[in-house]
Amino acid sequence: MTTFALPIPKRPTHPTGILNWITTIDHKKIGVLYGVTAFILFLTGGIEALLIRMQLAAPGMDFVSPEIYNQLFTMHGTTMIFLAIMPMGAAFFNYLIPLQIGARDVAFPRLNAFSYWTFLAGAIMLKSSWFLGGAPNAGWFGYAPITEIAYNPGHGIDFWILSLQVLGIASLAAAFNFIVTIINLRAPGMTLMRLPVFTWMTLITSILLVLAFPVITVALIELMFDRFYGMNFFNPVRGGNPVLWQHLFWVFGHPEVYILILPAMGLVSEIIPTFSKKPLFGYPVVIFSGIVIGFMGWMVWSHHMFTVGLGAVANSIFAITTMLIAVPTGVKIFNWIATMWKGSIDFNKTAMLYSIGFIFLFIIGGLSGVMHSSAASDAQQQDTYFIVAHIHYVLFGGAIMALLGGVYFYFPKITGKLMDESLGKINFWLTFIGMNLTFFPMHFSGMDGMPRRIYTYTSEMGWDLWNLISTFGVFIMGAGILIFVLNIVYSYLRGKESGNDPWDARTIEWAIPSPTPEYNFKKIPLIHSVDAFWEFKRNGTPIEPASGASENSEDEKNIHLPQPSYWPMVVSIGIMLAAYGMIFGLPISILGTIIGFIGVYAWSLEPVNEPEQH
Amino acid sequence: MNCKKIFNKFLSKNPFVLFILLIVSLFTSISCVSTNPQSTFDTYGPVAQSQLVLFYWILAAAIFVFTAMTIILIYTVYKFRRKSGDLIPEQIHGNTKLEIAWTIVPCIILAIIAVPTIFTIFDNTNSPDTSSNSVTVDVYAHQWFWEFKYDDPNNETEKITVANEMHIPVGKVININLYSDDVIHSFWVPKLAGKVDLMPGNNNKMWLQADKEGEYLGQCAEFCGVAHALMKFRVIAESQENYDKWLSDQSKEAIVSIEPQALEGKEIFESREAGCWSCHTIRGSARSKGKTGPDLTHIGSRSHIAAGVVENTQQNMAKWIENPNSIKPGTLMATNGQVYTDPDKKLTGPEVSALVAYLRTLK
Repeated sequence: MTTFALPIPKRPTHPTGILNWITTIDHKKIGVLYGVTAFILFLTGGIEALLIRMQLAAPGMDFVSPEIYNQLFTMHGTTMIFLAIMPMGAAFFNYLIPLQIGARDVAFPRLNAFSYWTFLAGAIMLKSSWFLGGAPNAGWFGYAPITEIAYNPGHGIDFWILSLQVLGIASLAAAFNFIVTIINLRAPGMTLMRLPVFTWMTLITSILLVLAFPVITVALIELMFDRFYGMNFFNPVRGGNPVLWQHLFWVFGHPEVYILILPAMGLVSEIIPTFSKKPLFGYPVVIFSGIVIGFMGWMVWSHHMFTVGLGAVANSIFAITTMLIAVPTGVKIFNWIATMWKGSIDFNKTAMLYSIGFIFLFIIGGLSGVMHSSAASDAQQQDTYFIVAHIHYVLFGGAIMALLGGVYFYFPKITGKLMDESLGKINFWLTFIGMNLTFFPMHFSGMDGMPRRIYTYTSEMGWDLWNLISTFGVFIMGAGILIFVLNIVYSYLRGKESGNDPWDARTIEWAIPSPTPEYNFKKIPLIHSVDAFWEFKRNGTPIEPASGASENSEDEKNIHLPQPSYWPMVVSIGIMLAAYGMIFGLPISILGTIIGFIGVYAWSLEPVNEPEQH
Repeated sequence: MNCKKIFNKFLSKNPFVLFILLIVSLFTSISCVSTNPQSTFDTYGPVAQSQLVLFYWILAAAIFVFTAMTIILIYTVYKFRRKSGDLIPEQIHGNTKLEIAWTIVPCIILAIIAVPTIFTIFDNTNSPDTSSNSVTVDVYAHQWFWEFKYDDPNNETEKITVANEMHIPVGKVININLYSDDVIHSFWVPKLAGKVDLMPGNNNKMWLQADKEGEYLGQCAEFCGVAHALMKFRVIAESQENYDKWLSDQSKEAIVSIEPQALEGKEIFESREAGCWSCHTIRGSARSKGKTGPDLTHIGSRSHIAAGVVENTQQNMAKWIENPNSIKPGTLMATNGQVYTDPDKKLTGPEVSALVAYLRTLK
């Protein structure tokens, strides 16, 4: 072959240091990067929430201006959904999926690194709006026409549109990656009905992501064209239709809710059986109800629009479908409780406390959800603090509690050290009590007529007490989260050695050493049942293939692993610059596009380093 | 029997659980007797009443499910907590009959709440009375005030426009047409009816009725920009007699006062320098026909100014005219009015006093 000289550098080899983290394509390191980044962003969203609660602590407060207040609640919602809960879920996907299915890495390791860097690019872009002329200020739902240039001339909404597009690229790339990984890279014997429940929920979540993000992408592009090029998709004066935005947004937005909660349900479905020493009750039903939730999640979007005036027939239909989605959700809760029934429940472990707390809080959030599925009575609740209470019971009491429990559960696998249980219990109880103090009174302030998204109220409305309790609760919750941070740092530095399997767990990720070696499994395992590791421990069913199988090498140095690369990050930087350029000038966009193309070109054609010895 | 057993064995020994139940029921009862100005528990009309009845019905079902599930959850965790010497429990993988049961039981509970839900949806959407016996009001929401338009009793083709205070006759069906020319707003008077959004480009309808005379507070319930929190209004339900008198008063042109300060105020209002007239209508004035701001023909008759934010007193009116942002940050009057944007045209103290005197004569 004639040589066509390509000026592409060799694959990087940085065993340690910051360059190692930048070029890594190891799913475990990317998982840690996702987790740490998402947690820091979770803290920023928490600070925004704290400022909101300070402003509402008492009637007529002048803590922040109305303009800042509107930016705070918009950024709080957008941050928590897109920059905190979703990537925290992605952190667990990354770390756990290859371990749970017995793979060396994900299907497309460089794409995985690209997903992370693009997520970080989108996060930086959204958060930088605070310092570049003002954050978005129209709510996380961005209802047109208040997002149109006529009512919102600043750049805040532009930042919101463009960073969500960038985040969408990251989410889509990750979702495709995990679908392919779960379908194709399962260890021998791991049929779909032997997948760990967390992997199943990840698969459903990823499919939802692939189907939901194109919808928001379309909506955001239309809004962007309205704002940048004077088009009129959502401008009623010229025949555009603001209701179209709401349909597009919620066709995405409601599956998004399940994208946030299904990974949490997956984690809980791993933790509860482990600490009850029983298999998950009704494994096929839990999986099937997850699929049903994912499917029915597409049929309920208009319950966000009960007051838009869609008519009695539409409201009735969406009321019924919304009520029905409570059934598979309820089934899951019953199955978790049945898993614990007659078990040997170790609720002295923080991870289990969080899972039980999750069930309790999710029952409340689920029931308030059923309460406003009734369109007629929802007319009094829509856009009030009652809804704020509901979403926080579902997303904080549900998603965040389960994710924090997941951190306690998997920290030993990641670091080889146990998290401190005493600090853990303080952390759990402060968070649990704080969360209830903050959000339970919102049911009452909402039914007492307090609308959402108001920056001030007067004493005569009678909402003072509820708001004061809520603000008080936030500080307790915040203290709980601080103790969590403290516990992470303390346990990382001083934690007790955990060993491979501190919890007597059931799935194969616990069969390998902690912290996980770079190559995960020395030998690709062979799976005979759902709880393969448990079966191995109790009944001796082997999870290692007979020695001498061709794929498996005895020498770990000869295990073939994907190699690091600079280019995923370069492409992400290109995308970020292209997006910033839409706001700060076309030359930046062009530069970004060129960098992006160089990155893709080099990515496609970069060589593979020869292994040291082969 | 079983429940009692569980209670004796478990709940009575756990003051913590009882304490929580007590707190929750205390809060719930405090809330459910609330008569606060926008309480949805204190209803005065058939629409809000039917929504509250439905809410209680669903709340009862929810509390039943919550109590049952929580007791089962706490009982399970407590009863099967790990004890020293626990053996590996039996590995139960499922029970088809049980799982079918807990799929069907929730469906039955949901059917119990679904049926009244659908009846109430249709009842509340379709107006029970569109005859001439009912009253029709067109509601226009703006950033950030409300306009209410009534049929002129003296002239069928004309409408009377009032702002931020909606009078209705008690005991009659009020059919409301909802419009918005800018962003989305939501019309909500909690004591009379649940909210319906005002969608630019789509005309929505709703109906309500007040069964008792009184003043009912309302507030915009869909985020609509900087002053969303301060976009309030009042519904004043009064006897047919008082309502007719009010409507006939409102249909009249503005009173022309002979008081010199008021006349001076009128002159300023209609001057090129101040430009108030370019946004506000004062019926009867040859100049003041602006449409972007609230109609001020009878501003003196209203109890509140600035979309229900402060009482209509001389002092508040002066403060409002001098610096609208001090009462309602972000108000478009301060953003667009030339007396606020152009320092050369800033109103002087005596000019403000004259304007206040003029507006207060417009009863």
